[in-house]
Amino acid sequence: MGDVLAIVAKRLGLGLFTLLIISVLIFIAVELLPGDIAQAVLGQQATESTLAAKRAELGLNDPAPVRYFNWLKGAVVGDFGKSLVSSESVTDAITPRFKNTLFLALFAAVIAVPIAITLGVLVALFRNTLFDRVANVLTLTSISCPEFFLGYILILYLSVQTGWFPSIAKVSPDMSLFDRLHRTFLPALTLVLIVVAHMMRMTRAAIINLLASPYIEMARLKGTPAWKVIVKHALPNSWAPIINVVALNLAFLITGVVLVEVVFVYPGIGQLLVDSVSKRDFPIVQACCLIFAATFILLNLAADIGSILTNPRLRHPK
Amino acid sequence: MDISALSESYPIASIFVKGFALILVAIIASWIFRALLVAVLPGEGAKVMRTAPLTAAFGIMIILLYAIAGIFAPWIAPYSESEVISSAFAPADENMWLGADQLGRDLYSRVIFGARNSVGIALIATSLAFFIGAMTGLIAATKGGWIDQAMARSADVIMSIPSLIFSLLLLSIFGTSMIVLILIIAVIYAPRVFRLTRAVAGDVVVMDYIEAARLRGEGLWYLIRKEILPNSKAPLIAEFGLEFCFVFLLIAGLSFLGLGIQPPTADWGSMVRENATLISFGEVTPLIPAAAISLLTVAVNFVVDWMLYRSSGLKE
Repeated sequence: MGDVLAIVAKRLGLGLFTLLIISVLIFIAVELLPGDIAQAVLGQQATESTLAAKRAELGLNDPAPVRYFNWLKGAVVGDFGKSLVSSESVTDAITPRFKNTLFLALFAAVIAVPIAITLGVLVALFRNTLFDRVANVLTLTSISCPEFFLGYILILYLSVQTGWFPSIAKVSPDMSLFDRLHRTFLPALTLVLIVVAHMMRMTRAAIINLLASPYIEMARLKGTPAWKVIVKHALPNSWAPIINVVALNLAFLITGVVLVEVVFVYPGIGQLLVDSVSKRDFPIVQACCLIFAATFILLNLAADIGSILTNPRLRHPK
Repeated sequence: MDISALSESYPIASIFVKGFALILVAIIASWIFRALLVAVLPGEGAKVMRTAPLTAAFGIMIILLYAIAGIFAPWIAPYSESEVISSAFAPADENMWLGADQLGRDLYSRVIFGARNSVGIALIATSLAFFIGAMTGLIAATKGGWIDQAMARSADVIMSIPSLIFSLLLLSIFGTSMIVLILIIAVIYAPRVFRLTRAVAGDVVVMDYIEAARLRGEGLWYLIRKEILPNSKAPLIAEFGLEFCFVFLLIAGLSFLGLGIQPPTADWGSMVRENATLISFGEVTPLIPAAAISLLTVAVNFVVDWMLYRSSGLKE
C-alpha cells in the first residue's frame, strides 16, 4: 500500500505544481495589460491625486513579484481581493454562483454517466451492426452542435411551444429541491446531450481496444459464454479506461457549462466570468480562471489516481 | 386537418416527422452525389468513392457547398452583409425569404456571407495552429533530448487550462480584434497538434531509413521534409479536420458570447446571439446560423471519421 500512497502523493505534487505555473500565467497575463488598471477603473477624467490614491489602495505601487505573492497568499485562503467594478469582495461574489454551477454539473453528470457507459458498452458489443452505425452518426452530430444550438432547440420545443419547462433557469437559495430540478432541467439536458455523446464514443473505443486483446480471445476460444467474457474478463480491466473517460468528460462539462449558463441565464460562475470579461473586471476573471483550472486539474488527477488504483500494472512503471 | 395545424397541436411529433423527412432527403442527395462523383472522377478517385459510406459522401457534398457559398458569396447573396433594407425583425417577404435581423439587414445574405467570414477565420486560425504545432512537434521528435522535454512540458501546461476559459482570459486582456483572436486560438490549439505530431513522428524517427539518412549527413530540414512528413501524412490530415472542428466551435462560442468576431462582420455565432430574442416568440430563424455551424462540423467529422477508418487499415 505504501507505494500507492507514494505515487498518489507524487501525482498530487505534480498537479499542484501545474496549478502554480498556471497561476503565474494568469497573473502575468493581467500584468501585460496595456495601460494602468487604476486609470481603467476611474476613467479618463481622474485627477493625479485620486489616481495615486487608487494605486495605493490596489497595491499597484509594489513590484510585480511582491504583488503576485500577495495575490497567491490571498488565493490560498480563499481571498481574491475586491471586484474593480462593484468593490464587493470577489469571494462573496463567486461562492454562491460556484455552488449553483456545481449543482448544475452534478445534475447533468448523475444523468449522463450511467446512460453513457451503458450505451458505450452496448455499441462496443454490437459493433459494426446497424445499431452501432446509427449511434455513431447520432453521437457525431451531437458533438458537432455548438452548446447554444442544442440549448435553443430545447428552449424552442420544450419551453416556448409546449411550455413544459421554463426557458430561463432562474434559481434562488430558498427554492425547494424539486423546483430547482425543474428550473434547471433544460440546461442540464443540454449538457447531458453533449457529454453523453463524448463519453459514449470514448467508452466504445476503450472497450473495443480491450476486446481485441489476446486474453479475451483465449477466453472465447475455451468456450466461455459471451456474458461471462464481459463480466469476468473484460470488466475488471476496463475500470481504468472507464474512470478516465468519466473524469475527462466531467472536465469537459466545465467548459460546456459557460455557454449553457449564458443561454439559460443561469446564475453560475460561467456567466459571471463572461460578464466580468466584458466589464474587464480582472480580479474576478483571475479568480474564475484559477477555479476552473483547479477543477480541471483535479479531475484529471482523479482520473490518473483512479486508473492507478484499479490497475496494479500502473503501480510498477518500467 | 392541414400540416400547420397538426404541427401546432403536436409539436414534438412534428419534429420527428420533419426530422425524418430531412434525413431522407439527405440520404437521397448524398447517394446521388456519390454516384455523380464515381462517374466524374478519374480512375483512382472513382474507386475510392465507390466504397465510401454515405456519411462520407454527405460530408464531402456539404463541404463543397460551403466552399462555393464562401467563395462566391457576393454573387450569390442578394444584398451585402451590412446593407439595411428593412425594419428590425421584419418578417419574411418576397425580397428576403428569411426575414430581417435586429437592424433590418437581410438574414439570408448574412448567412451566406457568414460562410466566408466564420469559416475563413476558423481556417486561418487552424492553419496557423497546425503550422506551429506540426513544426515544433517535428523538431521535438527529431532533436529529442532537453529541447523535446521542455517543449512537451510547456505544451502540457497550456493544455491543462480549459480552452474556452483560457481564450476568455486572453481576450479580456488583449481586446477582441480579429488578429488577436486568430493568434490566441493558434496558441491554444498548437499544443494539441504538437502532441500528435510528436507521437506520430516519434514512431517514424526510430526507423532504419532515418538512421541511414542521418548517417548520410542529411540536415534537420531534409529529414523533416523528405523522410518524416511523407510517412506521417495520414493521421496529420485527419487531425487537421478534427482540429478545424474544435476551432470552429470555439470561435462560434466566443462570438456567441460577444467576444469573438465583432460586428458588422456577418458571423454565425454572433448572429444567433443578436437574434436570440425571436426564439421566445417561437421563431426558428435565429437557429439557422447555428444550424449552419453544426452542419459543417458534422460534415467535416463524417469525412474525418471515414479517413481515420481507411488509414486504420479497415480493421474493426
